[in-house]
Amino acid sequence: MSTAAVLSSTHLEPSVSHTATIYLKEAKYEFLKNLRMRVYTASVISFPLMFYVLFGLVLNSKEVISGMRVPTYMIATYGTFGVMGASLFGTASGLAADRGLGWLQVKRASPMPPFAYFAAKVILSMIFSAIVISLLLVVGFSFGGVRMPLAEMAKLIATLVAGSLPFSAMGLAIGYFTGPNSAPAAINLIYLPMSFCSGLWVPYMFLPKLVRQIALALPPYHLSQLALGVVGAGSHEPAATHWEVLLAFTLICLGVARIGFQRDQGKLYG
Amino acid sequence: MIATLEESPSMQLASSCAIVASLEGVSKNYGEVPALRNVNFTVRSGQVVALLGPNGAGKTTAVKLLLGLLQPDSGKTRVFGGDPTNPQNRMRTGALLQVGRVPETLRVREHIDLFSSYYSQLLPLEEVLAAAGLEKLRDRKFGDLSGGQRQRTLFALAICGDPDLLFLDEPTVGLDVESRRALWEEIRRLVSRGKTVLLTTHYLEEADALADHIAVINQGAIIAEGTPAEIKSQTSGKRIRCITALNLATLLQIPGVTEVRQHREAVEIHAREAESVVRTLLDRDSSLSGLEITSAGLEEAFLALTQDTVENANRKN
Repeated sequence: MSTAAVLSSTHLEPSVSHTATIYLKEAKYEFLKNLRMRVYTASVISFPLMFYVLFGLVLNSKEVISGMRVPTYMIATYGTFGVMGASLFGTASGLAADRGLGWLQVKRASPMPPFAYFAAKVILSMIFSAIVISLLLVVGFSFGGVRMPLAEMAKLIATLVAGSLPFSAMGLAIGYFTGPNSAPAAINLIYLPMSFCSGLWVPYMFLPKLVRQIALALPPYHLSQLALGVVGAGSHEPAATHWEVLLAFTLICLGVARIGFQRDQGKLYG
Repeated sequence: MIATLEESPSMQLASSCAIVASLEGVSKNYGEVPALRNVNFTVRSGQVVALLGPNGAGKTTAVKLLLGLLQPDSGKTRVFGGDPTNPQNRMRTGALLQVGRVPETLRVREHIDLFSSYYSQLLPLEEVLAAAGLEKLRDRKFGDLSGGQRQRTLFALAICGDPDLLFLDEPTVGLDVESRRALWEEIRRLVSRGKTVLLTTHYLEEADALADHIAVINQGAIIAEGTPAEIKSQTSGKRIRCITALNLATLLQIPGVTEVRQHREAVEIHAREAESVVRTLLDRDSSLSGLEITSAGLEEAFLALTQDTVENANRKN
């Protein structure tokens, strides 16, 4: 056995700490990249906040739904809306552009572990989800008289941030089947109607009967019910059911994304 | 360790002409469109190899196959004796590819920092910035860079892991003359450090200035291969253009004429030497007019080489 061979192979074999560094840097720069993109931050953070201020504080702040004051109720629903936006835009549009315009090929030609690229997008989505929810809470506490115990608040944030995963998976699937120009349109086509039908804008019980039935099949409905459950205004279904639906949805989306990933391996872009 | 030290010079000597990358009988189609047809091509250690050809010739496809970004329909691609997609091989390669969009909100040094993290043996940031001529632009966001500066940033990403094998797909597109020369200098410096470079270009001048070995590629096939001097000698000569009553077959029989082509009302005659051919032409055709003689320069010679294959292909069809 030659010393040289051993030396060179240890040099080239990635260590655990080296791999961890790659994942951290990939996530860090994915965050910085998006933070500096006004289109992303504006649409992902300001829309949920604006809607919440308008519909939750300015217009209906004295109303009560399911025994819950509107400002508190709508933190859960607009929180879900915000998580969806952060996750879909955080994954799909970047992926579609990177794929369609050749950047992903440059990264694939490098020794980057492919999973680091996807993990960075998912982590980014979770961070921005947490930012949106925290801002909603700050506004709700400051101007809407929202009050809840610290533990409940932590559970609400944790639930919604975990709820970012199904939508990140959905975003990856969309990103693999749309182009750089069509991705934002495709996201909006799915995101906005789905939000409405899931009762994120108009509370679920005020939706027409047909829409309420559709809602049962939509992941945002289930995430919003989990969030509402935390603040004490959930539906009658047990929380486990909602989690199961979200898990199944995540797996389906990951499966679709995987098909796209494999299809890309043999194809030329850019 | 002693054994290693004793071995390394002789090993280096033995590997100085070792094949580090190769396409062996590779064909690749995009749907119905053939991009490469049965291409055999090797890159030897310590050389600059240029793949020279017009746009759409298959240069980028060849590079992407060697990077493992595409799979060949038939034939074999090898890098360092193995599969190009092998992570350990990727550690030893760097690539500058043509890319439509790079994340614009990250700064030059941030891009380099991220790509450097992928590699286990890396060059210091300062060295990478200097090599790519980006010292003053390190804090600039990618979106605020000019076309040439962007290209130099991509070059920096290709070399930051100190790769043994560097793929440069049209590296000097969009560069001004000064940056182009600087990049050439940098490529020469890399090779002097024992690195191997495969570059694609459609500038014959670039291939001539840099390459130890040139492969001319057109319509998915390699049509000529050799040292720059060999390529040039294959294509040297003079080009005579005139309007004449003589027909093409007669012209082709004139000694020294290698090629004749009708070009609208005029004919284009390719000859090794112009003088004797022109003398014969004037003797035989007193009505000859519009005589022009040009030396088949490098670019022209290259055009002739690639034009030939087009005509051969057309003839076959």
